[in-house]
Amino acid sequence: MRWLLTAAALLCVSAAPAQLPVAADLLLSEVPAPKLSDYRLFRDAGATRPNGRVAAYMLNTPLFSDYAVKHRYLFVPQGRSAAYRADGVMEFPVGTALVKTFATPDHFIETRLLIRKANGWVAQPYVWNADGTEAVLKRAGTILPVIMATPDGMKAVSWSVPNVNQCKGCHAQGHDMVPIGPTAWNLGPSQLRQWARRGLLRGVPPVLPVAPRWDDAKAPVAARARAYLAVNCAHCHSAKGPASNSGLFLDFGQADQVASGIGKRPVAAGRGSGNREFDIVPGHPDQSILAYRVESTEPGVLMPELGRTLAHAEGIALIRAYIASLPPQ
Amino acid sequence: MIRTLTLTLLLAGAPLAAKTIAVAPSADMREAIQTALLDAKSGDVVLLPAGTFSLTNSLSLDVDGVTVRGAGPDKTILSFKAQTQAGEGLLVTSSRVLLEGFAIEDTHGDGIKAKGADRISFKNLRVEWTGGAKATNGAYGVYPVTSTNVLIDTVTVRYCSDAGIYVGQSRNIVVKNSLVEFNVAGIEIENSMNADVHDNVAQRNTGGILVFDLPNLPQMGGHSTRIFNNRIVNNDTPNFAAKGAIVSSVPMGVGIMVMANRNVQVFGNTLDNNATAGVMIVAYPLAVEDVRYNPLPRNVFVGANSFGKSGWAPDFVGGKELAAAVGGALPPVVWDGVESWTVKGETRGESAKPGFAGGQLLSFGLVVASRDRTSAKPAMVAVAATPVETPSPVILPSDQPGL
Repeated sequence: MRWLLTAAALLCVSAAPAQLPVAADLLLSEVPAPKLSDYRLFRDAGATRPNGRVAAYMLNTPLFSDYAVKHRYLFVPQGRSAAYRADGVMEFPVGTALVKTFATPDHFIETRLLIRKANGWVAQPYVWNADGTEAVLKRAGTILPVIMATPDGMKAVSWSVPNVNQCKGCHAQGHDMVPIGPTAWNLGPSQLRQWARRGLLRGVPPVLPVAPRWDDAKAPVAARARAYLAVNCAHCHSAKGPASNSGLFLDFGQADQVASGIGKRPVAAGRGSGNREFDIVPGHPDQSILAYRVESTEPGVLMPELGRTLAHAEGIALIRAYIASLPPQ
Repeated sequence: MIRTLTLTLLLAGAPLAAKTIAVAPSADMREAIQTALLDAKSGDVVLLPAGTFSLTNSLSLDVDGVTVRGAGPDKTILSFKAQTQAGEGLLVTSSRVLLEGFAIEDTHGDGIKAKGADRISFKNLRVEWTGGAKATNGAYGVYPVTSTNVLIDTVTVRYCSDAGIYVGQSRNIVVKNSLVEFNVAGIEIENSMNADVHDNVAQRNTGGILVFDLPNLPQMGGHSTRIFNNRIVNNDTPNFAAKGAIVSSVPMGVGIMVMANRNVQVFGNTLDNNATAGVMIVAYPLAVEDVRYNPLPRNVFVGANSFGKSGWAPDFVGGKELAAAVGGALPPVVWDGVESWTVKGETRGESAKPGFAGGQLLSFGLVVASRDRTSAKPAMVAVAATPVETPSPVILPSDQPGL
């Protein structure tokens, strides 16, 4: 009943003239809005024109998601700003929304919201209708057939919209849910300064970290590969991540050789080991479990466990080149 | 999605306003069950209907204090044969959770995993791969990890490519009244503290019950496990684990294997018809680079057990020669004899000699731990016939669900 009343109230608001600001109060409501448009994060029903204080951004090294096109936005409430952090993600204020739309070349599939509430981050997936005019809440997730453009042509993909628990499969650090992408090293200096100019971020120091883009062929292969692994794996494979029990830690700048995979034996990989004995065998990608699992497309073997069904040929090539570049021991 | 659920308030006999969320059979059972698992509040029971349901993606529970109950392990069957995403069948990341009365079949990864849970109980469940012993089966059937206060009671697990019941990096554990068969390892307690494993049947696996400690993990130094009153017989399934897994080196026909663990007691078990050994106590056999890790078994005591036939065909390199050297079959309790190891160029050592109520056991006389025992110098050695230290019984908290 409460839900219906809320929805009815929102419909009235939506019917009002355009250009109303983002529904900041609704973002903090305990009950998630049934439709993405209820939040007024965008000026249009198709979610292409961001509203005020909603900034589009990109990551130097993005997570691979079956070649989905991604559109990312940050909303910070009026009168507030995020605090710069040299390590980890920016310290976003209560009321912040991180918005990520996943799309095929033709249409939007889903938009995921990460909302910073008073007691932590909350994830909500919204699934788009076929016309791209409305996205509705789908807390239990679903599987959708989509067609993705890959370097090998168009491919049918069974797209998994995560349930809100599965969001934690990537976004949990210890008992807390956290964003993954917007770190200083992965946003890069120009975007950090742009956020600062727009009043979305404060405390940006004059000298900012620069990390290689994973696909910058001019950068050293090890640094590119480690950036790729950090983005694609470290949300689980880190000391506080969901795969902490594996002892394989792929976070950016991990100093322990064995923990970073070199000469490390698997513990709970089961058949995921592919009959190989170590995560990384220096000089030998074909003997390395890491290469086997990123090459696989079989559930139970493939890594990352969530969010991928296709092989990422360019990422595989990078990881293989990196392992091959390590001096054999 | 809400329409697929019927909410029934259970008023009679419930101390709190706990409710039962009865999931009705529907075309998309994954969504129906998952929605119930998301909607449940602490104290609620999610009731799964009888029937066999095909699910294409894994389920997860992240709400404390929830019971998930089916109509019985042969009546409520969740089949993941058509799974297209994610590894396990059901993932639990919350505490005070009771799972009971259902079956999980043919997951592509692990069956039921609980991570970081406190007071997690698995009761009257079945996890099984229905296509027989295959290396492509999931690794673990019932899989609590980095958890505290773990109860596993009356579960059946068959055909895991690693361990049927696997408890890793956890504390305060009871595994009882369960049946594990046709797995590579029946039950494995790994890098864990304080476990009681009793009144289980471990049969027709490669190895029956394992107590291991492995290096390079966040929690190491596993200790204080009691293995008692189990029936560990006929473990004769050829090892079908993938090569990288540590259990791929478990010999066929080992009843109980203790590796690199401390303060372990084995008593009151029936061990029969295990071709390698009744009880095998060894050091971690691979190179150690972790200075925090101790690869030796320490203070392991084998008390009075019922020993039947064993040791006639030890399934490791050098096993045949070893058996021949001691008259055709190994005695029921064997130890590799290793008491030192090398880490980063430094040799370390300490006493690793197990105790045995029989007063003597067979030592392979190895200097360096290895899966290859061709350099063994086997000899019966006199050992302590009484334990030095006895692990305390495991006591689960009074509010452990399903206790």
